[in-house]
Amino acid sequence: MTGSTQETAAAPETRTRSLGIARNLGLVVALVALCVVGLVTAGDRFASTNNIITVLSLASAIGVVAIGMTFVITGGGIDLSVGAIVALASVWASTTGTQAMAEDVGWIVIVTTAVGVGIACGVINGVLIAYGKIVPFIATLAMLASARGLAEIIADRKTQIVRDEAFRDALGARPLGVPVIVYVFAVIVVLGWFLLNRTTFGRRTFAVGGNVEAARLAGIKVQRHTVYLYALLGATCGVSAVMLMSRTQTGSSTHGLMWELDAIAAVVIGGTLLSGGRGTVVGTLLGVLIFTTLTNVFTLNNLSTSVQAVAKGVIIVVAVLLQQRLANRST
Amino acid sequence: MSQPLLQLTGIVKEFPGVRALDGVDLVVRAGEVHCLLGQNGAGKSTLIKVLAGAYTPDEGEIVMDGDAVTFGDPQAALAAGIATIYQELDLVDGLSVADNIFLGHEKTRLGFSRVGDSHRAARDLLTSLGHPEIRPSRETGSLSAAGKQIVSMARALSRQARVIVMDEPSAVLDPDEVDGLFRVIEELRASGQAIIYISHRLEEIRRIGDRLTVLKDGRTVASDLPAGETPTAELITLMTGRDVSAEFPRRTTPLPDADPLLVVEGLGREGEFEDVSFEVRPGEILGFAGLVGAGRSEIVETVYGARRAQRGSVTVDGRRLRPGSVDVAVGAGLGLCPEERKSQGLVLDEAVYRNISLGTLPRFSRLGVTRESAERTAAHAAARSVDLRPDDPDRVTRTLSGGNQQKVVLARWLLRSCRVLLLDEPTRGVDVGARSEIYGLIRRLADDGVAVIVVSSDIDEVLGLSDRVMVVADGRIVHAGPADDLDAHAVLDRILSGNEPTGNEPTGNESKGDAA
Repeated sequence: MTGSTQETAAAPETRTRSLGIARNLGLVVALVALCVVGLVTAGDRFASTNNIITVLSLASAIGVVAIGMTFVITGGGIDLSVGAIVALASVWASTTGTQAMAEDVGWIVIVTTAVGVGIACGVINGVLIAYGKIVPFIATLAMLASARGLAEIIADRKTQIVRDEAFRDALGARPLGVPVIVYVFAVIVVLGWFLLNRTTFGRRTFAVGGNVEAARLAGIKVQRHTVYLYALLGATCGVSAVMLMSRTQTGSSTHGLMWELDAIAAVVIGGTLLSGGRGTVVGTLLGVLIFTTLTNVFTLNNLSTSVQAVAKGVIIVVAVLLQQRLANRST
Repeated sequence: MSQPLLQLTGIVKEFPGVRALDGVDLVVRAGEVHCLLGQNGAGKSTLIKVLAGAYTPDEGEIVMDGDAVTFGDPQAALAAGIATIYQELDLVDGLSVADNIFLGHEKTRLGFSRVGDSHRAARDLLTSLGHPEIRPSRETGSLSAAGKQIVSMARALSRQARVIVMDEPSAVLDPDEVDGLFRVIEELRASGQAIIYISHRLEEIRRIGDRLTVLKDGRTVASDLPAGETPTAELITLMTGRDVSAEFPRRTTPLPDADPLLVVEGLGREGEFEDVSFEVRPGEILGFAGLVGAGRSEIVETVYGARRAQRGSVTVDGRRLRPGSVDVAVGAGLGLCPEERKSQGLVLDEAVYRNISLGTLPRFSRLGVTRESAERTAAHAAARSVDLRPDDPDRVTRTLSGGNQQKVVLARWLLRSCRVLLLDEPTRGVDVGARSEIYGLIRRLADDGVAVIVVSSDIDEVLGLSDRVMVVADGRIVHAGPADDLDAHAVLDRILSGNEPTGNEPTGNESKGDAA
């Protein structure tokens, strides 16, 4: 780094770096405050190892989707179909056919099926948006309807039990008392951060989301990149489906209901701009943890899901208002 | 002399880390066109926002018609009689002309619009501006830029504005539309309005202005200068604080006798341009002159692949490019500095170095992982070689002046070591001082063997910068020849007559093909 970095540090509004740290700090404070509330109101039930692991497992499945969503939103898009893709992937990966094949070949078949279905849905979304020129909102709305519908047809609206012992053993394991899926989530967060901040792919995502025309005229293959982004999100939906199947031992067309809202909310609370061009994986992680902890604290205090929904709405608005304050101060 | 209509004294406006205005004085009288001159970053935009009530000054006094006023918000400024016509016209395209004129002070009774009244009033205003042909019920988005400007002015008048601030009103207009604009301004002046006119074009200021005030670094450095008589050299010295003499750098070395690098043959797109053929050699600067809408930008964008050619071919170094593919063109060594720098050229909220490396990322990557220090070092070197100011690769690109933003785009292609550089309006919105720097850069690139194409609406710029000039009118090349054989008058003549005596021009190795 150069000497000039220091001179102008007094004028943060013209610089790119300092803002994110302050924002993440705010999210950490919010998370800590939530934990304090949990400790005060639910005491040991909140602080127990079991409860913490439950929170982390819940956060993992939705969190993986939110990480993928961070990429799509940073790249200037949106995906409403994530919950439906999770459902379809879980159903497809738990049909008797897939399970019979897993019996022969190994449990990895279930995982590849789920991830493959997710990627396929993502590619369809991406192609419709990039080459079909359908706005992301509409293209993924169509996917939301048809993917969940297809899941219902395949499952015949029944819940499919995952019987594969090897799958249950592999993903149900708890090294050091922590479920495997939490480790998987941790790895995906690190990979996601690296991909967004340290690779050509990530840099191009920022450019495409920040100014798609400038990116195109700079020679970036914008359409192909858009397909990659939605395919990536599709893949994370597949991973999330595997996590759900491991936790619930089922594949169901009702998995992932309303997840699009939770995932988008976590991403936006985390500080990723809904208009694209700015995104943070760490922020999304914190957003997911805040949401999951909140749900947990409310549940421990026997508050209904309706109260939770209202609280979530309020939190989204407050978070976005605070962010805008922060952003305005800098212009 | 009567008391001034508007008087600003010692206006100071500070932002975190920047003193944007540092003691601005401005005196505007009724019935005058008062021009405001200054480089980008001199504080003009901030001053406009202070006048419009968008910013509240930290210090200083605004006196309107003898009374001290403070504007807490834009409504207050309008109520005091100051209306601002912004560079990016702030009209709602989907609304009718009348709705736009009365936006914010609609003619209503009990919440219901009085459409008849507002249409009648709008028609009166438009007629008083000399444009009765604009129907109040017309959808604003269907008007030309000039038409929209008239609507903005009608809006200002509907507020009983006595001071109208115009921020570069001519930037989006054709020469004859500018004439129309000036007629309107003359009428406003005659009826006692004060106009504050901001423009980079000195010749306009000479034509329309009465007096002028020069800003530099947020301060008034000269005021009460006669707009017509003050020598250009003096104005440039005032604006830049230094002498700018040789504006266009001339070729220092003879053009090497090389084979053409870029060959365009019979290029055409339905309704945009037809039968465009030309060649550019390494080290040569080819200029495209013509009016706005003649098809110059379209030609350049088609060569670059941003538009798909329907006919003809583009060949670089003997290799034919796939039509409509920017990344193939970039791969072949083409680079474009687009006309709309902010919307097409830059990711404004990203750091400077990231904008510079945007086209070159794979070079700083190993297996897709960016080596940020290598990227930053290279981008910084490129920024230095275009003399970017401030010399800070981490700065957010949005905060740079227009000239320095253009340098960022240039640095991108410099870093990419592109071989054919297409420049569309390279100095639009760039102030006089930075202009000659950009001219110097372009010439330096050519001297290094880059083939350069320059599109500009400024005829002097095309002539001064280019080795060879092509004149475009109505989507056709109507003239091609050495720049030295032409002057502004001849170019205009060619544009207007639309044809040329073919064959006689000493066009060198120019292959106009079957254009005639």
